[in-house]
Amino acid sequence: MIRYVLGRLISLVISLIVASIVIFAVIEVIPGDPAAFMLGVNARPDTIAALRAEMGLDQPVILRYFNWVTGMLQGDFGRSWTYKTPVADLISDRIWVSLPLAIYALFLSTIIAFPAGIYAASRRGGAGDITIMGATQLGVAIPNFWFAMILVLLFAINLRWFSAGGFPGWDNPLQAIKSLTLPAIALALPQAAILARVMRSSLLDMLGEDFIRTARAKGLSRRQALWRHAVRNALIPVLTIIGLQFSFLLAGGIIIEQIFFLPGLGRLIFQSISARDLIVVESVVMLLVFVVILVNFAVDIAYAAVDPRLRTKT
Amino acid sequence: MTLLAIKDLSLTIDDTHILHDVSLTVAHGEIVAITGESGSGKSMTALSVMGLLPHNANPSGSITLNGTDILQTSEPDLCNMRGNTMGMVFQEPMTALNPVQTIGAQVAETILIHEKTSKADAQKRAAAILERVGLKVPPSRYAHELSGGQRQRVVIAMAIALRPKLLIADEPTTALDVTTQARILDLLRDLVREFDMGLLIITHDLAVVANLADQIVVMQKGNVVEAGATAHLLAHMQHPYTRALFGASSHMVELPPTLASSPLLAVTNVARDYPMARKTPLGPRPMFRALEGITFQIDQGERIGLVGESGCGKSTLTRAILGLEDVQSGTITVDGAPVFTGKQPNLDVRRKMQVVFQDPYSSFNPRHRVDRLITEPFHLLPNPPTGTARDEAITNALRDVGLSPDDATKYIHEFSGGQRQRIAIARALIIEPALIIFDEAVSALDVSVRAQVLDLIADLCRKRPLAYLFISHDLSVVRTVTDKVMVMKAGKIVEQGETETVFTNPQHQYTQTLIAAAPKLPAITV
Amino acid sequence: MNRNLIIGSTLTAVFLLLAAASFFWTPYDIQSLDIPNKLQSPSGGNLLGTDHFGRDILSMIMMGARTSIAVALVAVGIGMAIGVPLGLLAAARHGSLLDELIMRGNDLVFAFPSLVIAILITAVFGASAVNAIIAIGIFNIPVFARLSRAAALPLWERDFILAARVCGKSPTRISIEHILPNMTNLMIVQGTIQFSLGILAEAALSYIGLGAQPPTASWGRMLADAQTLVSIAPHTALVPGFAILLMVLGLNLMGDGLRDWLDPRIRVTRA
Repeated sequence: MIRYVLGRLISLVISLIVASIVIFAVIEVIPGDPAAFMLGVNARPDTIAALRAEMGLDQPVILRYFNWVTGMLQGDFGRSWTYKTPVADLISDRIWVSLPLAIYALFLSTIIAFPAGIYAASRRGGAGDITIMGATQLGVAIPNFWFAMILVLLFAINLRWFSAGGFPGWDNPLQAIKSLTLPAIALALPQAAILARVMRSSLLDMLGEDFIRTARAKGLSRRQALWRHAVRNALIPVLTIIGLQFSFLLAGGIIIEQIFFLPGLGRLIFQSISARDLIVVESVVMLLVFVVILVNFAVDIAYAAVDPRLRTKT
Repeated sequence: MTLLAIKDLSLTIDDTHILHDVSLTVAHGEIVAITGESGSGKSMTALSVMGLLPHNANPSGSITLNGTDILQTSEPDLCNMRGNTMGMVFQEPMTALNPVQTIGAQVAETILIHEKTSKADAQKRAAAILERVGLKVPPSRYAHELSGGQRQRVVIAMAIALRPKLLIADEPTTALDVTTQARILDLLRDLVREFDMGLLIITHDLAVVANLADQIVVMQKGNVVEAGATAHLLAHMQHPYTRALFGASSHMVELPPTLASSPLLAVTNVARDYPMARKTPLGPRPMFRALEGITFQIDQGERIGLVGESGCGKSTLTRAILGLEDVQSGTITVDGAPVFTGKQPNLDVRRKMQVVFQDPYSSFNPRHRVDRLITEPFHLLPNPPTGTARDEAITNALRDVGLSPDDATKYIHEFSGGQRQRIAIARALIIEPALIIFDEAVSALDVSVRAQVLDLIADLCRKRPLAYLFISHDLSVVRTVTDKVMVMKAGKIVEQGETETVFTNPQHQYTQTLIAAAPKLPAITV
Repeated sequence: MNRNLIIGSTLTAVFLLLAAASFFWTPYDIQSLDIPNKLQSPSGGNLLGTDHFGRDILSMIMMGARTSIAVALVAVGIGMAIGVPLGLLAAARHGSLLDELIMRGNDLVFAFPSLVIAILITAVFGASAVNAIIAIGIFNIPVFARLSRAAALPLWERDFILAARVCGKSPTRISIEHILPNMTNLMIVQGTIQFSLGILAEAALSYIGLGAQPPTASWGRMLADAQTLVSIAPHTALVPGFAILLMVLGLNLMGDGLRDWLDPRIRVTRA
């Protein structure tokens, strides 16, 4: 088990290193002179020179990369050129909107998908199965940002159950959660549809396995065999999808934040792109990728908790 | 006293008739064996008794177990009976256990479903049962940590935990090695005596049937063709199918004599290591020695057998001889030239060897027609025949193995298992190699088909000098189709010599164990 | 033929025809603005109504179908053309360093959702339909690489591959001759699914302004334009939304139908 976790940790670190090199290369090396790029064609040479100095562009590429990485490790993400404040401050304000939103959506997606998938699998071919599968077919096809618009139209504008957007801050947790609810539903439902389909087909695969027949021969009913023997085994492929979904929820959140006027990372990144503030873009992208890689690591550990075969092997 | 009485059981699945008026009885403490070839309906009969038929199955007749008609019993009542009054053991121990639960928990589950008892008590009893079935590992283990034989013991423990009145075993030893098979059969026999339990065993292996069963039921295409007490039935077979079946099981072929000739394949002092997973990160990789000090020779036209249990290194040796993998030390040469030449295969050597595999269902690319399949070895020829010469070669190859030239344009799914093995042989023979490796080539076939394929091999030997290495776990088959035999254990050849000599007077202790463990058909006059 | 396949391929065919027809004819010219006629509800004159510039929405949907299909199709093409050979190579060299590198590379790309790739590209090169294609295409590569490797590995264990090796065939040749033909069904089904995901991704990218730029019509941008108008002219948001929904639904149904028709054992990944 320790060896397994250690192995995953090593690959986590390698992934982070390679990802940071890729991001650094795209943002700071490919454009040629990032300072000139950020300031645009009409910039005065002395402004460019000032930015160059601030970004440390006179130093060799390797050294700049090294400084960037060691800076981040100490919580220093550089200074935003447009906001004139440390990027770390900008991010820490906003991540407490984006991250809770993604987690909230993942939670909703899971609690909807698991029962739906298990129910559909246990009633294979029945009316319940057909209804759920039809609904997921629609859910998979709905663009989440359009779904968000419809939710706003329905629940905020017509029914006035929720506010159409904005975020009151975490001083009032209940209000904060309420303002994240519509965005989380918009994000979660399409993902829940995917997850329910995976859960169902994974369960049906398991129900065809020999050990289910063995369990039935012991005297377990079809449903008991499903719950006691198929569900845990079916979780293994489902976990993979949950891990992948988290990155989609985080990225999808960037779009949904726009619709609900949430002050999250999405707003920050779009404002930075239009302002050509590469320093902010670079750090936010690195942060997103870091979270995704971390979640994948967590999923790998969860595998080992579910599957004893992983604990003893390598 | 009758425990189980199946009367006029008929079964259709989606309008296909599977069983026709099957009747049989099992008494307390009696072992009844159902035997027959694939498609005879033996397994469906067993599943009918358990009430575990597929949804679309439609049974009729009656199955009375201990006074209850299974076919008239509701599903919840059947659940109460399964594991309690009747238990079942399946063929494939590798997949029969839940991979994410400990074996102890899986055995305890049988007790917990049927009895109101504490978890701790159930676990204690489970441990005792696992010990009773001869398992020597703690109940906290998972299935993947166990061998096939150990897993089958766990499955048996689950089935007998509550001392059911009837145990059904569907090919319980087919996936196991002979020595393991013998031990599992002993265990079943002991349990029957100890619990006064009825045992309904399904097996295609007539030698197992003859040695184990009190009663034999022979099935063919969903019908019971003959049934009776074992000794009586073996002595007075009535039905022609029964006779054919037993005849095919002890089928002997007539090999032409070998002529003194020159060496073809020379294997000298070969060793092969495989790296295993590191024990500590970045530490040295421990090596697993798959082959050690292997030395033997096959002459032109000589027929050699290789027997040994799974994991003994047979497949590693096959791949090394075929030049697909290198060896750590020693040499393998064909006509003096090394078989392994790095990345670029030496086609001159390769075209002297071909191979026939065990599984007729995975031996062919399903997307290619037969003509393309059997001409694949032409890749080894410097000037492969084209046009009419190619057509002629295909026609001859198919005729040689008893198939029609028209079969050339068909796809492989249109053929039965036996026909596929014929096609595999045609593919091996088309470039007239000097040596063929038969890798368990008849092991997956029904006995009657197996007899035909063995006859075909003997026929081919009569037509041209053919040397082969015949790898098999089935001692009786090896005995009839080889001149010499080698016995392999844990990567070493422990004994080799003239086939008859080795079989009648085995020298090495392992050979003796192997021969003793193999179930033998009693001498029968067919 | 099954019901999924019939409904799915019909829906898909409708959009393909709409897109094809737009090369020759649309009801109105979408370049010409007609402000007095803006935000009209669907009527005989404009079957699906008009937008805030008075442009005919049906014509925009037809032109937008072209963009969506082109972007998604090319992106799937990129994913297959690079991903499948990588997957085959990794499977042929199973357990080697190369295999490990390809799989780790895949994992790494999975850490960059296509939206993040699009953000990176846009930040440096500016927004365009081509960037959307590249972003979605890059993300498709590991999907096909993983899938083809996973499909190829069990095939490599089959005896007919061993027979081909005994006949002296090289791993490359075996991959093309024996492995590839045995996974075409899977690739067709997964290709359909990726196509539908590409449509969704393109819509999302152009919705946030990282995809096709004006004057190229796109469904995502139609929705972005409609966002502030949704309460006064719901049809401006509903029509493009349903276009995306139906196109994606059609492709998904077609994918499921194809699977049932070709080989029900196929398992696709959808994420």
